[in-house]
Amino acid sequence: MQKSTKVSARQGAPVSLDDIEAAPITLPQADRPDHVLISEMVAPGARVLDVGCGDGQLLRLLISKKGVDGRGIELSQSGVNNSVAHGLSVIQGDADTDLDNYPDGAFDYVILSQTLQATRRPKKVMENLLRIGRHAIVSVPNFGHWRLRYHLVLFGRMPVTPTLPESWYETQNIHLCTIRDFVDLCDEIGAKMERAEALDPSGQPVRVNAPWWFWNLFGAQAIFLLKRA
Amino acid sequence: MAPVALSETKHEARRQADTPESRTVRFGPEAPLKLDCGLDLQPFQIAYKTYGALNADKSNAILVCHALTGDQHVANENPVTKKPGWWQTMVGPGLPIDTDKYFVICSNVLGGCMGTTGPSSLNSAKNRPWGLDFPVVTIKDMVRAQAMLVDHLGISQLFAVIGGSMGGMQVLEWAASFPEKVFAAVPIACAAKHSAQNIAFNEVGRQAVMADPDWRKGSYLETGTFPGSGLAVARMQAHITYLSEAALQRKFGRELQDRESRTFTFDADFQVESYLRYQGSSFVERFDPNSYLYITRAMDYYDLAADHGGVLANAFTGTKTRFCVMSFTSDWLFPTSDARDIVHALNAAAANVSFVEIESDKGHDAFLLDEPEFFATMRGFLGGCARARGLKDA
Repeated sequence: MQKSTKVSARQGAPVSLDDIEAAPITLPQADRPDHVLISEMVAPGARVLDVGCGDGQLLRLLISKKGVDGRGIELSQSGVNNSVAHGLSVIQGDADTDLDNYPDGAFDYVILSQTLQATRRPKKVMENLLRIGRHAIVSVPNFGHWRLRYHLVLFGRMPVTPTLPESWYETQNIHLCTIRDFVDLCDEIGAKMERAEALDPSGQPVRVNAPWWFWNLFGAQAIFLLKRA
Repeated sequence: MAPVALSETKHEARRQADTPESRTVRFGPEAPLKLDCGLDLQPFQIAYKTYGALNADKSNAILVCHALTGDQHVANENPVTKKPGWWQTMVGPGLPIDTDKYFVICSNVLGGCMGTTGPSSLNSAKNRPWGLDFPVVTIKDMVRAQAMLVDHLGISQLFAVIGGSMGGMQVLEWAASFPEKVFAAVPIACAAKHSAQNIAFNEVGRQAVMADPDWRKGSYLETGTFPGSGLAVARMQAHITYLSEAALQRKFGRELQDRESRTFTFDADFQVESYLRYQGSSFVERFDPNSYLYITRAMDYYDLAADHGGVLANAFTGTKTRFCVMSFTSDWLFPTSDARDIVHALNAAAANVSFVEIESDKGHDAFLLDEPEFFATMRGFLGGCARARGLKDA
């Protein structure tokens, strides 16, 4: 599943002034801060399914740091082949259709990292995550971030930012939402929120105990640990 | 086509059917093989080759299952054809199935003609070749026979079972019938059931063999004839299904063979005709026509879901085996949709499964060829499994 991440922004998308301002100072090969945060939410040795696992970066982190029994689903064939060649258990598949094949409670955690916005039926995908996993960990780019609002309001153009690096005509993202929208969806499908974190554009947690409106304005992305209610 | 004369190669092939140039295990009346058709087969023998060394706790054994017309000579010169083993690029020291690390076993299938009991073997009760008296066998019967061999070698759990095409069907059957004996399973370019189209192709091949007047209702080995023309036609037809349109076009196009213009005869004017005739005649040299009937029948009968209440996932309930399913984009004999059916069933059983579709224009045959991504996947998957199994490098 094609994702919108800072990594791909650094690897060739046009760089705007915003990117330069917001570019995180990270060492090469360093684990992505959002991945580190996700791994903190996972219990050691758990059974984990990473939906839209890309080249398996997060799975590798979870296996090495948490000793999980990790699996993945990935849409892009190159991502799958690369993951399997590295010894990861990954299948080529589509989150929209293939999650239906998994039985209830097959995993301790089902992770959907920066992928929900690229699915055709986000609600159905979310319901599947909560059905298949005892917990679901979902991270979403926040379309309510002030920088995006500023772009849209001031210039009347679809924003291009580190978290959403592709132009509107190239992006795989078809169902973008804000943090508040996502929280509403969780309520609607009866997901219980166990933990929520907002990350700033550099991927660092917004370490303030702020109300939702604050996160919705200043979080570039958010990570939620959910549970069936 | 002219009748095929019995050559030196053909005589060698006949000799290998009963006294193969590889190890054999013979099971006597005390260990009959219970067949799906209801009969007990005894005595019978299995011919096999091994490569590499079995480690002290017998945890590094890989069973390689061969395809329809393959044999146990996976990684050494074939004693009949004098050609390299059929997977010599995959199995060997330092190769993806690394014989420096793993102990590789490959046996000739039940019903085959390279030393495992089949229709061309001697039926000791009647002191003549089995011919059509040989019971119809299934993929499950083949796997039962292999399991007896593996038990005989004192191996309680195989590190991996690997195979393509009909070999892949055996891999699935192993994982379903003996889940505790299979740590990892790699079914390649195969399906959990033979499709109507594939049964249709096989039927054309069988009819070609049986229409040959020299077939003599299957008793040609006694009458001293040989239905080579029919078997060659069967092979020519099957060979087309192993390739892809793109590969045929690239390799041959409409090029003429050793001539400037059309001859206005039915000679092999086109290169593709000449190629198929060569494939047919060289196959006839090494393979037994009755074996071809039996083994294609075994593939036709294969339907793993039907053996488990019609639900494929039931075949894998509670499995701990790690699976790596692979398919090739241009394979129209066992298309990726067949592989996906297997993967969906494994997911429904919450199995540990990887699935890779390899981009190739070489058709079904791609699993026998040097496809870098395929090799990298095999190496990576086995490496990951070896770490999970705690296998040390030898």
